[in-house]
Amino acid sequence: MAILVFTEIADGAIKKSSLEAIYYGAQVAEKLGTSVTALAIGKADSSELAIAGNYGASKVLHANDAKLETPNSMAYAKVLVEAANASGAKVIITAKSSLADAVTARAAGTLKAAVVGNVVELPDLSNGFKVKRSIFTGKAFADVNVTSDIKVLAIKKNVVSPVESGNAASVEAFTPALAENLFTAKVTETVKATGTVSLPEADLVVSGGRGMKGPEHWQPLLDLADALEAATACSKPVSDLDWRPHHEHVGQTGVKVSPNLYIACGISGAIQHLAGVNSSKVIVVINKDADAPFFKAADYGIVGDVFEVLPKLTKAVKELK
Amino acid sequence: MKILVCISSVPDTTSKISFTDGDTKLNKAGVQYIIGPYDDYALARAVELKEKSGATITVLNVGEADAEPQIRKALAIGADDAIRVDVEPTDSYFVAEQIAAVAKEGNYDLILMGRETSDYNSGVVHGIVGEILGIPSFSPVMQLDIEGGVAKMTREIEGGKEILEAPLPLVLGCQEPIAEWKIPNMRGIMTARTKPLKVIPASGEALTATDKYSLPPAKGPCKMIPADEAEKLIELLHKEAKVL
Repeated sequence: MAILVFTEIADGAIKKSSLEAIYYGAQVAEKLGTSVTALAIGKADSSELAIAGNYGASKVLHANDAKLETPNSMAYAKVLVEAANASGAKVIITAKSSLADAVTARAAGTLKAAVVGNVVELPDLSNGFKVKRSIFTGKAFADVNVTSDIKVLAIKKNVVSPVESGNAASVEAFTPALAENLFTAKVTETVKATGTVSLPEADLVVSGGRGMKGPEHWQPLLDLADALEAATACSKPVSDLDWRPHHEHVGQTGVKVSPNLYIACGISGAIQHLAGVNSSKVIVVINKDADAPFFKAADYGIVGDVFEVLPKLTKAVKELK
Repeated sequence: MKILVCISSVPDTTSKISFTDGDTKLNKAGVQYIIGPYDDYALARAVELKEKSGATITVLNVGEADAEPQIRKALAIGADDAIRVDVEPTDSYFVAEQIAAVAKEGNYDLILMGRETSDYNSGVVHGIVGEILGIPSFSPVMQLDIEGGVAKMTREIEGGKEILEAPLPLVLGCQEPIAEWKIPNMRGIMTARTKPLKVIPASGEALTATDKYSLPPAKGPCKMIPADEAEKLIELLHKEAKVL
């Protein structure tokens, strides 16, 4: 009943969400009396990967084939399946992300595994294998009994609060054979925002809606995000109007976020938008309309002009730091 | 070109979700069902590809009989025929297994669906189908063109996008702005009534079962801060909420 955690690397280090997944895996392993192996694919120093031990992994399998440098879900899934077979894993855990979804899906196809997405709690192992997952984009939860031999759990951000152990994991090179037919797709161009905080990973998010009045008025929001080192996001109308790039769109049909703090500026709070942010720990709403429905879902609210409020907040954040 | 478009039947995105039978069943009373919003984009792009260079579109739903109005709507929008696998779509692997079985029979060049269903949001069915069929899968695809048996795509990645191409056959999970949603016209609605809809039994076994549903706890009251003392918010976030 070993546990394998699919671990993502960004800029040579394990992603924070993956460290959470490793910690979650360690909690499950403790219940099952087994250990956690992390599978890391891509370029990273062993010293960075050994940090997985601090979060409860005893071993890291490192697949560092040059062919794996560009994420490829088919090839990554092949590596994951081989790692599952090698470690005898019955439970595969990952932090939910678009890459992890694609990779675990393909692996599940081979392993005939149930995939449970958006898991929000540790499993209940008292009678079978039961997990609680968020459904309807956070509008409800389902307690699901998983009966497949191999199980894949994709956990939401902030489900566990890791306590670091100070241990280091052993790091082993992992080099499964990769057939040429895994690489039939040709990536001709990658456009990636650099130097900004990744939205799905972010602990703090500042988001703007139509109340921001136009793309040329975004600076005060960007200034606050900058001062907080927060990611920026937007509502669906804003991305539909091309005021902001599509990958910033948060909501039922966009990115789902669960940061510690979500600050909504000039967003009225349509039910579809709330669905994408309702698992945030703390929600702040700034809107000039006191009747905006978003206030009902908020922890803190300011009724006022965003263009007057935002600079005050930015100044206060700078003073705090 | 043969296109298979997989659609889910889900509650309208504005629906209030509630449960019945001791929280073991979704309360369908008063809930309007629609084609999954992402699946609707996939269908719209399939219809555009058909109009541009000719194709046949089969629409597939894994679901119970109450999904048929949504299937008829897909036929009215431009699909040529439909298949319904008559079973409750319990889990991703199980649904993907049904889709793969239909796909093997039909030999499709392109299998399109939404990036995820708006009820369970797992976003893995396309990948599982691709793996079972042994063909590549990509998601979420925001632009799609087919030229000489090769799909040219733009795919969203974390913090950006990727432009890529791959030879058919492929399985793709779609999202906006791949196409504009289409509204059926009267002629479409009339012809949809007589287009073939085949109902077939499921194979395999579900891998999960839901015991119980629940709703999130009610949110406490919102603490209001006067706009002219906005800076106090930062102090509260630091000292009270402890998120800064």
